[in-house]
Amino acid sequence: MAQKEFSRPDPDELLRQIQAQERDEALGRLKIFLGYAPRVGKSVRMFDEGARRLKRGQDVVVGAVQARGRHDLDEFLQTMEVLPPLLVGATETIDVEAVLRRAPQVCLIDELARENPLGSRHRYRWQDVEELCAAGIHVIGAINLQHVCEEQDAVERITGRRASTCVPATFIRSADELVIVDVPAEEVVRPDERNYLTASHLSQLRELALLLAAQVVEEQLQRYMEKHGIRHSWGTQERILVCITPRSSVRAMIESAARATARFHGQMLAVYVQQEDLSREEEEHLRAHMEYSKQMGAEVHILHDAEAIGAILRFAREERITQLFIGHTQRKSWKFWLPNPVERLIAAAEGMDVRLFPQARGA
Amino acid sequence: MSEQKHKGKLKIFLGYAAGVGKTYQMLTEAQHLRQQGCDVVIGYFEPHGRKETIAQTEGLETVPRLVRGHRGATFEDMDTAGILARHPQVAAVDEFAHTNVPGSDRPKRWQDVMVLLDAGIDVLTSLNVQHIESLNDQVWHVTGIRVRETVPDWVVQEADEVVMVDVTPRALLHRLERGVVYSPEKARKAIENFFTESNLTALRELALRQTAHQIEEKRDELPTPVPVRGNAPREERILLWLVPHPSSAMLIRRGRRVSDYLGSPCRAVYLENDEAAVTPWLHFCRNLRIAVSGIPCADPARNIADYARAMGTTQIFVTRNTPELAKLVRLVNDMQVTIVAERVRADSHKPNGT
Repeated sequence: MAQKEFSRPDPDELLRQIQAQERDEALGRLKIFLGYAPRVGKSVRMFDEGARRLKRGQDVVVGAVQARGRHDLDEFLQTMEVLPPLLVGATETIDVEAVLRRAPQVCLIDELARENPLGSRHRYRWQDVEELCAAGIHVIGAINLQHVCEEQDAVERITGRRASTCVPATFIRSADELVIVDVPAEEVVRPDERNYLTASHLSQLRELALLLAAQVVEEQLQRYMEKHGIRHSWGTQERILVCITPRSSVRAMIESAARATARFHGQMLAVYVQQEDLSREEEEHLRAHMEYSKQMGAEVHILHDAEAIGAILRFAREERITQLFIGHTQRKSWKFWLPNPVERLIAAAEGMDVRLFPQARGA
Repeated sequence: MSEQKHKGKLKIFLGYAAGVGKTYQMLTEAQHLRQQGCDVVIGYFEPHGRKETIAQTEGLETVPRLVRGHRGATFEDMDTAGILARHPQVAAVDEFAHTNVPGSDRPKRWQDVMVLLDAGIDVLTSLNVQHIESLNDQVWHVTGIRVRETVPDWVVQEADEVVMVDVTPRALLHRLERGVVYSPEKARKAIENFFTESNLTALRELALRQTAHQIEEKRDELPTPVPVRGNAPREERILLWLVPHPSSAMLIRRGRRVSDYLGSPCRAVYLENDEAAVTPWLHFCRNLRIAVSGIPCADPARNIADYARAMGTTQIFVTRNTPELAKLVRLVNDMQVTIVAERVRADSHKPNGT
């Protein structure tokens, strides 16, 4: 059974890809260093990359730097061309106009989540970055997890604090490259400083940041596969599919799947193959199960197919399922040598784990 | 010294391919510790001719390698006894997954590292995610490469710290093209085979997830309870049924991985009639710290079901090649049965057509 195979993209798809590629090539590339907490060293990594590119002959400038009180950056900044900031009132901001005029190959921009002062060209610094990239300038930036809008609730649950400004996750996801700056939590906790972050806080933030990066990388992988016409049936993320029926024991199966999904930081899906002749009671059970699956975070799909097993398998392969959860009726019949539908499914589902849940007869 | 009594700490620099900078970061840390006044030595270092990395060893004491002859050739390995005699506070030991020359005191470098830790020496080491045993099938599936040198998961779990050394595949490919990682000829071959953008991206994702998992595990060990997402898990108990078929290796790896993630105990069983044929898998189980028992066999599926019930099993893991699978499924209406995927790879469909 082929796990990866070529599929020929249709001509429209091909044209779209070529156009996207041309667009990509005219744009500056965006590279982001993501830290999980202040002081993990994301800015140092960013400037380090800038220095190495300069040494390799690229035209690098510093567009924005948070240098106050950062003596570790002094040496670096002396070797670099730092574009003077624009003063709006008492606040410094990136002089976008000046950067565009200077038109460097690469521009380093710290603290991507900054809000610009009133009367600026854009409200947020990340919008400045978008304009620079659109003008063909490569941007290398740095940001901390607590400044990613979609992560702010989770961060606040852990630390009890919320940063005042944030960058939408779509901006982070749009980056051509995302690098995680990982150091053990112990190295970030400095007991001598008034630090509200404990080792446990930091460890949870660190995990969140790694999982965010993994998610972005997974999307990049899928995009790459699609672009190159590679069908990929087995990714690195666990994807769990629950097969829903009106039976009462399905509830326990959904809970089990939700737990496994949480432990693996995977994705949960649920599928139901439309059946005729359901009693009113069965209809109600079914609706309840689908509702419950959604509550537990599953993406629910309904399939219309006379041949349920084949439909589930096709769907599972399409969705790159790694674990299939399905109920199994106990048939204590003398005909036990005859394969039932679930056994046919097992035989055909070689690319994924099949987890069978016992179901009482007729329940 | 007072540390003589306690075990040394293990810190792993985890990467996803050669050239991401694991060794460089390990040495940077060693330098950093030395500057703080720590007694640091290099226990083993593989320069691979990389200038920047070699420069990072400057000023660090190196314990000379042990030269050993094997079948007329000479090999160099880490001199574990020499490091023990020197007894530094910290030893930097490259390539955690390395296999020693036959005839060495211990077959694997990670076992040498265990000896150093037992003697109270802290160890910094480097490892690629693809060398973790339970990921072996997945890595093979994603990349088409069967990694031969592996480290059991429990060894990695025992590390006090795992740090992800991250670079993007694009940056890594640039390094290759610039000849930083390998010689030009070797680099070209590497890009054609293993170092494809899709392989690197997939391995990078695995490494990110592995590191996140590792952090979660460590936090669970913290004395103060911290909120964990999801409901409190029902106590699961996993039992693997080993059969005389090569797919038992996949069964063991997958069972180990799932039970680790679910935080549930895992053991294995085989039928005594199969004993001779399943011997290799018994060793494999022990390496991965899975307890194994043999049971008498009169009625295979029924004997396994009874044993599983007696052990309080909630999930039986089987391969697709298990005889009497259908019968077993019908016999256990109080347990779940997981039929482990056969993660075969159709190499004729590899994206680069090789």
